[in-house]
Amino acid sequence: MSELHKEVSELERASATAARLFDIRRIIGGLFVVYGIIVTIAGITASDADLRKAEGININLWTGLGMLALGLFFLGWLWLRPMAAPAGPPPEDA
Amino acid sequence: MQSPTQTLAEGLRLPTNGLDYAILAIYFAVVLGIGFAARRSVRTSLDFFLSGRSLPAWVTGLAFVAANLGATEILGMAATGAQYGVAVVHWYWIGAIPAMVFLGLVMMPFYYRSKVRSVPEFLLQRFDKSAHLLSSVLFAFAAILIAGVNLYALSIVVEALLGWPQWVAIVVAGLFVLAYITIGGLSSAIYNEVLQFFVILAALIPICVIGLKKVGGWDGLSGSIEKQHGGDFLTAWGGTGIGDANPLGANWLTIILGLGFVLSFGYWTTNFAEVQRALSAKNLSAAQRTPLIAAFPKIFIVFLVMIPGLVAAVLVPKIGTPGSDLTYNDAIPYLMQELLPNGVLGIAVTGLLAAFMAGMAANVSSFNTVFTYDIWAKYVRKGREDGYYLNFGRLITAIGVLASIGTAFIASSFSNIMGYLQTLFSFFNVPMFVVFIIGMFWKRASMKSGVWGLLAGTTAAMVNYFWIYKQGVVDIPTDQGANFVSAIVSFVAGAVVMVVVTLFTAPKPEAELAGLVYGTASPGLADDGTEAGDDAWYRKPALLGWGAVVLAAACYLPYSL
Repeated sequence: MSELHKEVSELERASATAARLFDIRRIIGGLFVVYGIIVTIAGITASDADLRKAEGININLWTGLGMLALGLFFLGWLWLRPMAAPAGPPPEDA
Repeated sequence: MQSPTQTLAEGLRLPTNGLDYAILAIYFAVVLGIGFAARRSVRTSLDFFLSGRSLPAWVTGLAFVAANLGATEILGMAATGAQYGVAVVHWYWIGAIPAMVFLGLVMMPFYYRSKVRSVPEFLLQRFDKSAHLLSSVLFAFAAILIAGVNLYALSIVVEALLGWPQWVAIVVAGLFVLAYITIGGLSSAIYNEVLQFFVILAALIPICVIGLKKVGGWDGLSGSIEKQHGGDFLTAWGGTGIGDANPLGANWLTIILGLGFVLSFGYWTTNFAEVQRALSAKNLSAAQRTPLIAAFPKIFIVFLVMIPGLVAAVLVPKIGTPGSDLTYNDAIPYLMQELLPNGVLGIAVTGLLAAFMAGMAANVSSFNTVFTYDIWAKYVRKGREDGYYLNFGRLITAIGVLASIGTAFIASSFSNIMGYLQTLFSFFNVPMFVVFIIGMFWKRASMKSGVWGLLAGTTAAMVNYFWIYKQGVVDIPTDQGANFVSAIVSFVAGAVVMVVVTLFTAPKPEAELAGLVYGTASPGLADDGTEAGDDAWYRKPALLGWGAVVLAAACYLPYSL
């Protein structure tokens, strides 16, 4: 028991993830903004055949705008609440 | 939890164009980019296998739900919806939520505080080496098998939808998974799962919206369904009285006990591919919240798979019968083909491929951890420095992916053997829960009772399934219903054997049980890594957990009365 505790605690102290792993919100935000723009444009330029296929809903436009909104939400969240500097628990001794 | 061995009908080729392929290509580029960007955060084996136990709860929570939201699950559950109707909600509201809440509220403190790095490692701490080795080896085999079956299922779907030869799809998807996990480790797998979660939502929501409009909204849908299949098809519990006939072949008792209790608790609380996501959270509060945060999307995802299933059942009344060349598994691909214009179609294809790869990656990233920490470092090469195990982890990841590529090729020639093997392995999972629950709550449960409980539960499930059910000793209408009964039998047998073995063998010394069993003080109690803000009301595990249970129960009301 205590041996495992010691081993894992040591590894936790040497771990670099907390300090060096990038923030996934940037990736989600970026990808969905790009997807949102692409799909929205496809919606703006939708052909009659596209509209007929989707039961008269301009699904590209709506999905594109939705994805754009999600992307902007993540970028906004990142901007308002950036990842806390890895101060956290006692200073790194690694 | 679904058998994914499937055949897709010919003639489902999607009218994809350059726009759709561009969307797909962007996704593959981002997946690799995440792997490379995560590379610099990997310094120790703990970084590689458990993200250094440092991720925030919302990330691990979404990864927890996404790891289960593989494409086999999505296609399989839509198929269940098309075949059994609204009864598919049982797999979510009773077959997932209570178990996820139990994991977060009751079991996670034992898992997280004990600092075990895998589910088998907990068995080693609580019981002995025989229980540990048995569960490690079985888990490692099962993970590769499931990863391979996932890859094979992907190749079938890709061949039908996009026209790529099967081997191209198997090799390409396999190599992408290999690359991003070998390079970035679990962080890369988890980040990709979070991304996949949102992409699959963006794929399923448009299908549901257009599909509903096509059949005249919910009223039109329920009207047509009632005419075709009768009213019970639209209720959760209709026809599940004991002795009544219903397509599920199960009654309310076996649904609640078999699916809701034993099967689902076994899967959600002891399957390392899931639990690993919670163990990578940054502190106990975040680890507890991981399955609880996952529970809320899980409650609503059922609508996104059930609605396409029901819509397909209306549009193709003969689906799944010899009168149609569409099988139940074709529900979502069929709607993609019929309803989605280019653009959203590309998103849907991307979401489906992403879900296949995430389903495979979850198994690979849990396999490498168990193989390295539980098999290699404990029984083969002990006591090396950490860098050795990190390198070994990368190597075994590559080997694991290659093995699952091999499994996928075997599956493509012997798909019935794979289905059979999967059934076989599923019997080993069932008794895990009984061993855990007794181990966590009964101090006296002896060291040897663990392995005997596992063996007895497995044997009982097999005897029930292959002899009592298959030989017709007791009449159970369907495989599904028989699975539920097998689970209950396995649970009871495992529990009885554990109690009996405990009476005759030595208990584990109490000092070694600290922090592993209810009623013992955890040595790490003072250090839960609590952060400022963790005491906010919306981060209280009890509130989140009970909130999810109440919400799931409330969701049943409209389909029960």
